[in-house]
Amino acid sequence: MTASTALYINGLSVRFGGFAAITDLTLEIRYGETRALIGPNGAGKTTLMDVITGKTRPVAGEVFLDRTLDLAALGEADIARGGVGRKFQKPSVFEALPVVQNLELAVRRGLGWSDMVRSRLSLAQRQRIDEVTTTIGLQDQRQRLAGELSHGQKQWLEIGMLLVADPKVLLLDEPVAGMTEAETERTVELIASLRSPQRAIVVVEHDMEFVEHVADLVSVLHEGRLLGEGSMQAVRANPKVIQVYLGR
Amino acid sequence: MRTPIPLFAQAGSMGLALPLLLLAVLLPLANSLFAAGHPLHLSLFVVNLIGQVLCFALLALALDFVWGLLGVLSLGHGIFFGIGGYVMGFYLLNAAYADTQVLPDFMQFMGWTSFPAALQPFASLPVALLLGLLMAVIVGGVVGLAAFRSRINGVYFSIITQALTYALMLLLFNNDLGLGGNNGLTGFTLLGGFELARESTQVGLASLSALVLAGVFFLLRWLAQSGFGQAMVAVRDDEARLRFLGYRTDRIKLAAWCLSCAVAALAGMLYVPQVGIINPGIVSPMLSVEIAVWVAIGGRGTLTGAVLGAAIISCLKFWLSAEIPSLWPFVLAGITLLITVALRNGLWGGWQQWRTARAAA
Repeated sequence: MTASTALYINGLSVRFGGFAAITDLTLEIRYGETRALIGPNGAGKTTLMDVITGKTRPVAGEVFLDRTLDLAALGEADIARGGVGRKFQKPSVFEALPVVQNLELAVRRGLGWSDMVRSRLSLAQRQRIDEVTTTIGLQDQRQRLAGELSHGQKQWLEIGMLLVADPKVLLLDEPVAGMTEAETERTVELIASLRSPQRAIVVVEHDMEFVEHVADLVSVLHEGRLLGEGSMQAVRANPKVIQVYLGR
Repeated sequence: MRTPIPLFAQAGSMGLALPLLLLAVLLPLANSLFAAGHPLHLSLFVVNLIGQVLCFALLALALDFVWGLLGVLSLGHGIFFGIGGYVMGFYLLNAAYADTQVLPDFMQFMGWTSFPAALQPFASLPVALLLGLLMAVIVGGVVGLAAFRSRINGVYFSIITQALTYALMLLLFNNDLGLGGNNGLTGFTLLGGFELARESTQVGLASLSALVLAGVFFLLRWLAQSGFGQAMVAVRDDEARLRFLGYRTDRIKLAAWCLSCAVAALAGMLYVPQVGIINPGIVSPMLSVEIAVWVAIGGRGTLTGAVLGAAIISCLKFWLSAEIPSLWPFVLAGITLLITVALRNGLWGGWQQWRTARAAA
């Protein structure tokens, strides 16, 4: 581990009954980088995200944020407050609420009953919401109900809900699934604009062209194990990877 | 996919609270100002019915708060209505005994010679009111804590609450419990020094019910429009998403749930002195399902709809079950089916949608 380590995963194993979803996985993700996790279905990508966000508990190994925060011991809400933001596979927004209220909920992050009941936001929080609505391109849709947005806009809104909380680690599970080509391009730009020296981005995606555009490093998972790691080019040339995944 | 409708058409306005306040003033006026026989005169019978309907509306409001806004369907809200009702009954027994020095009938049948010590803490009205709310919140809190912490949701939660209300009913039917068994508690005479048999007391109680309903409606509507209400709706629409944003969703659910239990108990406490009796029928699973029917017909998640649904259906029930009793079950089933198929957002939700659509066109 070094000072720039955002996520440190060491010797991680996850089992569901007799099924080994992840076996002895070690990964290190640094601040400033965008990492892609690829691998065939059942490789353990989503399970890994579940472990990082506290949804699933490992049977062995350790998961640390900032080298100090033990994610394997915290609940989902505490991990989220600790700076890990996660976008789900299917767009998950609060459909009955307007765009701006979705963001208000996210910026409040469940802290403080009295502020929640009095509906108070600080000036900084309101400015952050304004910035983010512009970043995700929904500045003209603030009062639209989230349920009325297009598929792509919902995905961007969900990313925006994570962004208002300034996450240290941003986990994006298939952010361009089901998107049109134009929406995908727009998402590539969006993710590129989210890069920051204070943030690590992890993307799970099947779309190889997309991965090549956004990711610095690629980790290939297969049957719960790490198969290879490196730049997209290096991974493409890796014979083991070719055998199980890319070559098929 | 169905398009979501905005929660409240005019945020900031008082909504139903204002007409309810008016009703609180008009009820005693219409009863006392106009002599019997005058077309605007409201007889004691009608005022008393309105008072009961207002209690049902308060109960429906409690359920809509957790079902419509939080997405937690309780099929056992009769439990909390019953707790409030029985605690009020305990107080009224104390007051009647102090008044007449005669033990209630059921205690005499049980061969008791003195007023039971277990019921004496309820001798003071303010203490009884407080204990009623407290007991409902404690019982509700234990159920809620257990269910929400272990993430029991949806239909499983509904079934558990339905089973609990059935269990409570069986318990209350038991004579040895000392709460009057299937006859329940009755023989009340005084409430806070006022004679229950007097017309002015009953009119006052109906008026008070309207006041309380207005106040609770205002409070719940304000909460629903606050950041807390946003979080409740977010729990309903996608609880996992909210949890992964950093919210302890179990605590939000517990807080809203306990508030709803307290409101239901309040409704029970207002109801019992107006009907003069409380028996285990009040915690029968049927009443609890009926509350959900009121809310569904009026329109979930709108608060206004719950009040209207409870009022319309209970008025229809009072009228039809007296005129043509055999027809009532079919009418209720028919209305319920019609609303479920044709007006999924209930009467008030449908009206709101129609208005939104017309404003957009």
